[in-house]
Amino acid sequence: MRSNKTVKVLGAPRMERCIGCHSCSLACARLVHKRLSWDCAGIRVLSSGGLTTGFEARHCLACDPAPCVAACPTGAFTQRRGGGVIVRSRRCIRCGECARACPVDAVYLDHAGEPFTCIHCGRCVAFCPHRCLELEERTLAPVAAETAGAAADDGVAGDHGDGGVVADREGPADTGAGAEVPR
Amino acid sequence: MMRDFFRVLVVDLATGKGEPVNLEGRATHLGGSGLAALLFERYGDVRKPWNDPEQPLIFAIGPLTGAFPLMSKTVCGFLSPYHNQYAESHAGGRSALALRFADLDALVLRGRAPHPAFLTVASRHLKLGDASYLWGLEVDDAGKLLRRISPGSGHRGILRIGPAGETGSAMAGINVDTYRHFGRLGAGAVMGAKRLKALVIHGDAAFDLPSSSDYPKLFQKIHQQVTATPMMDKYHHLGTPANVAVLNQLQALPVRNLQATHDPAAAGISGERFAEQALLRNMACSGCPLGCIHVGFIREPFLEPDHYLYRQVAYDHEPIFAVGSMLGVTDPFQVLAIIDAAERQGLDVMAAGVALAWATEASATGLISEAETLLPLQFGAAAGYRQAMGHLGRGRNDFYRLLAQGTLGAADQYGGRDFACVLGQEMAGYATGEVFFISQALGFRHSHLDTGGYAYDQQAHPKDAVAAVDFLIQDEQERVLLTSLVSCLFARAVYNRELTVACLSALGYGEAAANLDRIAAGIQAERWRLRLAGGFDPRQVPIPKRFTEVVTGKGRIDPDYLAALQREYSRRIGAWSAMESETETGA
Repeated sequence: MRSNKTVKVLGAPRMERCIGCHSCSLACARLVHKRLSWDCAGIRVLSSGGLTTGFEARHCLACDPAPCVAACPTGAFTQRRGGGVIVRSRRCIRCGECARACPVDAVYLDHAGEPFTCIHCGRCVAFCPHRCLELEERTLAPVAAETAGAAADDGVAGDHGDGGVVADREGPADTGAGAEVPR
Repeated sequence: MMRDFFRVLVVDLATGKGEPVNLEGRATHLGGSGLAALLFERYGDVRKPWNDPEQPLIFAIGPLTGAFPLMSKTVCGFLSPYHNQYAESHAGGRSALALRFADLDALVLRGRAPHPAFLTVASRHLKLGDASYLWGLEVDDAGKLLRRISPGSGHRGILRIGPAGETGSAMAGINVDTYRHFGRLGAGAVMGAKRLKALVIHGDAAFDLPSSSDYPKLFQKIHQQVTATPMMDKYHHLGTPANVAVLNQLQALPVRNLQATHDPAAAGISGERFAEQALLRNMACSGCPLGCIHVGFIREPFLEPDHYLYRQVAYDHEPIFAVGSMLGVTDPFQVLAIIDAAERQGLDVMAAGVALAWATEASATGLISEAETLLPLQFGAAAGYRQAMGHLGRGRNDFYRLLAQGTLGAADQYGGRDFACVLGQEMAGYATGEVFFISQALGFRHSHLDTGGYAYDQQAHPKDAVAAVDFLIQDEQERVLLTSLVSCLFARAVYNRELTVACLSALGYGEAAANLDRIAAGIQAERWRLRLAGGFDPRQVPIPKRFTEVVTGKGRIDPDYLAALQREYSRRIGAWSAMESETETGA
């Protein structure tokens, strides 16, 4: 069986427009993780060598296969179809291997060692005043029917084509388009 | 983060040790301006000199900092070297959110370091490091090294002083993240007196938010309002430099030491001209989606043939007026070059520009010569002003050291008091009329942002001193509430009383939200009591003759109205000295 579905992947194609307001990070922390933070977010904005040289966004580049998934010893990070990761926070033992494995520093560990990375839900995009960010569609590679079935059996709802998060923490979700459940 | 007390870190720079202090008073002092006043009452002493080691240097944020758009400013409270009285200066950059995420409502610096030092603070970190190798460096050079040696790239505020702060100039500001400043009234000298070259605040903590959906919905609404409606356009399009052309047209732009209020050549330094020729990009303070910081560039040959260097320099109306129209410099790149020279020294560009404008006129009238100025100062001659900024910042001779303590002091020694453009401190860029002149001269911060006096001048009001002062008092009270939240004052049209109540309520500050009138009046009164206790006598503030000679678009300045405004404003300010605070329960 062949699939022609797509997944959405956060991109930051116009960072030269960035003014360093951190609205994206604050939005992710606020809406996805229920935090006030510019760190506990799937996207962080840093100056690229001082404010005179502009800004860069640290966010998941949706690797497939993802090094953080390979490094995770408990299955808290699993591969999302099309790139990126599915995070099951209840499985996380705060070892930090995911952050160390990420080649682009896209996984942030808070003081308790909890990892935060982009789930490609796109909720930050609307808060960027200069449209630096966008949610790009990526066509899924064809997969065998049994692989997709295995994913569903693992408790992952659907194929996460519009977000890629796992319902792993109790509580009401005010997620909007994209993410299924906040941390 | 949402707490009904203040979490304050008090650091003794003599020992490098800090003490976290939980302080009551959220329901009466809110934060920002209110908290800074509360902390100065607790740790400061208006009877002692500004550079007494025990005097506090205070940085305070407010209950809404980082939680809503444009809640992006930090209030600095200190005893000013300019007048040895309590003062505030405000700045943004990353400082406010860095303090928020360092889990501090305020940072209080006391004592004097035994050697040049820099302090790094985070939510779980405090260290006083040796900065002997940074002492003497200009602001940008120090900034580059501090970035290299400090943690928290991207999520920190780097505050530092230049040579002006080290030499105790009353015109020394504190540079914040390269493009913002605690500019006015000499906060940089207070830092220098503490031998503190730099303060690095790393915001590395996170906080849980209310589970209710009210907060994110309210955030979304405000974000939409400030980014998708025209109400804030003026700040992020041309920015404040849009004022240059407007004021010039109104005959309200100070030109050549306020010898005039209009100059056809000022079209060369309009906001439009800067945007067309010199604007490189916009930037924002953390937590503000507007991007009102306008960064221009200068490009200069340094080696023949075809070798150039370039620098990035932020500009606004105020520095453009101060080193542009006020000095007769009407080329945007020359203006940026003079701003850059002042910035490197860590000078308040506004004060420095106005001081050099006086020195230029004093030179032309023969009161001073090159024996004092070390080089010729002539209106329009930008190269001289660039060099003079270096002399002023480093205090090259007696003349520059005296001038750096304030233009009036130099005028007292050399003459030329009549044309010293000083209204409490060197004037801001509005020659709009009597109400503005008195509002700056007597205003708490001697700032154009204390009140909307310049706007009042431009509206059709009868010459009624009581009505005008009523406006100033009420407008100050509204603004002191905003600077206690701490909002950028550019957002004053957004955060009306109703929205402020909603924001505080959404974060759980219901008690404060229910008492905003009383809180604002209490903070206003407390700040003034501190100022008056330090010896401020509004009746004695001089209004130099030049301000009475000005002709604006409205006509000649009316000296009787000017005097009536000073009498009435002095009476109202003086009343605070005897008034006990109804809200004084905090400390």
